[in-house]
Amino acid sequence: MRAILTVQNITSDFVTTFWTPIFVGIFIAIVTYALWPRNQKAFDEAARMPLREE
Amino acid sequence: MSQASSSKTMTIGESGLSLMFAVTSFLCVVAAAKAVDAPFAFHASLGAAASLAAVFVILNRYFDRPAALPAYEINGRPNYNMGPIKFASVMAMFWGIAGFTVGLLIASQLAWPLLNFDLPWTSFGRLRPLHTSAVIFAFGGNVLIATSFYVVQKTSRVRLAGDLAPWFVVVGYNFFILIAGTGYLLGVTQSKEYAEPEWYADLWLTIVWVTYLLVFLMTLVKRKEPHIFVANWFYLAFILTIAVLHLGNNPALPVSVFGSKSYIAWGGVQDAMFQWWYGHNAVGFFLTAGFLAIMYYFIPKRAERPIYSYRLSIIHFWALIFLYIWAGPHHLHYTALPDWAQTLGMTFSIMLWMPSWGGMINGLMTLSGAWDKLRTDPVLRMLVVSVAFYGMSTFEGPMMSIKVVNSLSHYTDWTIGHVHSGALGWVGFVSFGALYCLVPWLWDRKGLYSLKLVNWHFWIATIGIVLYISAMWVSGILQGLMWRAYTSLGFLEYSFIETVEAMHPFYIIRAAGGALFLIGSLIMAYNLWMTVRVGEAEVQSPVALQPAE
Repeated sequence: MRAILTVQNITSDFVTTFWTPIFVGIFIAIVTYALWPRNQKAFDEAARMPLREE
Repeated sequence: MSQASSSKTMTIGESGLSLMFAVTSFLCVVAAAKAVDAPFAFHASLGAAASLAAVFVILNRYFDRPAALPAYEINGRPNYNMGPIKFASVMAMFWGIAGFTVGLLIASQLAWPLLNFDLPWTSFGRLRPLHTSAVIFAFGGNVLIATSFYVVQKTSRVRLAGDLAPWFVVVGYNFFILIAGTGYLLGVTQSKEYAEPEWYADLWLTIVWVTYLLVFLMTLVKRKEPHIFVANWFYLAFILTIAVLHLGNNPALPVSVFGSKSYIAWGGVQDAMFQWWYGHNAVGFFLTAGFLAIMYYFIPKRAERPIYSYRLSIIHFWALIFLYIWAGPHHLHYTALPDWAQTLGMTFSIMLWMPSWGGMINGLMTLSGAWDKLRTDPVLRMLVVSVAFYGMSTFEGPMMSIKVVNSLSHYTDWTIGHVHSGALGWVGFVSFGALYCLVPWLWDRKGLYSLKLVNWHFWIATIGIVLYISAMWVSGILQGLMWRAYTSLGFLEYSFIETVEAMHPFYIIRAAGGALFLIGSLIMAYNLWMTVRVGEAEVQSPVALQPAE
């Protein structure tokens, strides 16, 4: 029982201490994905989605 | 689908729902009989009647329908489900007019208090939540449900998931509105701004909203299009976050299970923080994310131009999601909320400038190469002006969240003006634009009955908004400055009633602005009604819409 609580505390401590870098990291990953040159073509196509439908 | 069995059987949804409603009806009768207060008895009776009606409708529908459920595809093309969308669109127009009318009434009450009629049911305190809920949740909510069901089908190229579930969502949601609205008039409220409905209405909304989420998600899961279009991301963020906000803000213990009164689980400043975490994200995810989804579908569609920058749409979506959730404390400046939390709320609000303007720029620049359409197409003009209002109010909001500015603006009419530049200009106009597009598509009309009337609506409503917000700016700043004015001896220079007297002319101007906005919406209702009634062939429209297929 005690061991479980300790593990929980460690994870919760980790999240509360590091949420800023975690979220910043996730956000940087999203921006990288959005700006990745190879994705350009797919995004250009997606931008036309409302116009393509039947 | 292809081999319809000769014997018709009830689906699990049909039998399950009719059974559930039968039980609910019985429970509601018991609750009405044992009710400890009259409004609860009234609501329980409404619940019993509505549940009973639901059983009949479901059974009738079953007996009338062919053995096979509607096909998901006909000749290889998606068989879109437009019925619930039509219903929500009609309800949106109805609640819009109702909400604007009540708004005009309470604006007039502030100018001429006689209009309270000295009756509890028509007092400002009860009509004000009726107005806010009617315009935000009833009008805005129905527009969001209608457009989300439309956009998710079209951009996923698949029929809406579920057979009865989409109907359950649209009808169930409007029943929630009915319970909430009649509750306010009868004095039933938990006194949380934009979350006034009591515990039983909250429980019902939870069921409806989870169904909404499931219908939307399952439609996405079944999609034929590999990419999930950005508008669907915004809709999903809106649906998901509203579910979380609703659950977080509303845990309450009823005094009696047969009574309308309850007490909220949170206490003191925690309750205040929960309330404004909810309240501001209702703005961020209901009034912003949801309507940005409308922008991302309807503006490209109407302008016949692709989205200006799809990359920007991804980045500003996630920036908006990451930032908005922290902005709530700016509603609690100079209160018992810890100072650091206030500063945090302010900081995140200021950072929100960037994603907000990213969205605005993306919406406006989508018109690149199609700017001339603004002259000829008043519907597109309405959509574009809404985005301009979005930019303006999301500039003003962060500015007002700065503590020194807030010390002047808070509790004054400036806030009311700010809210209405967003609500009338952004949410109102983008909704009108979407409905003007949607109605001809849904009812298979070539175009609107009259673009001239749209033009009239546009200008009358725009003048109304300008009157409204400029009156409130002057009134609010005047009020704030009068409150903080000291004499040379250190006494307050003005009594409260003197500030009220000073604001009187602006209240009249505001009511006039509201009246114009209401007149515009009546023109719209007539135009849409005629669009549906007058046949396709008779329509002579200078700008031909793409017919819905």
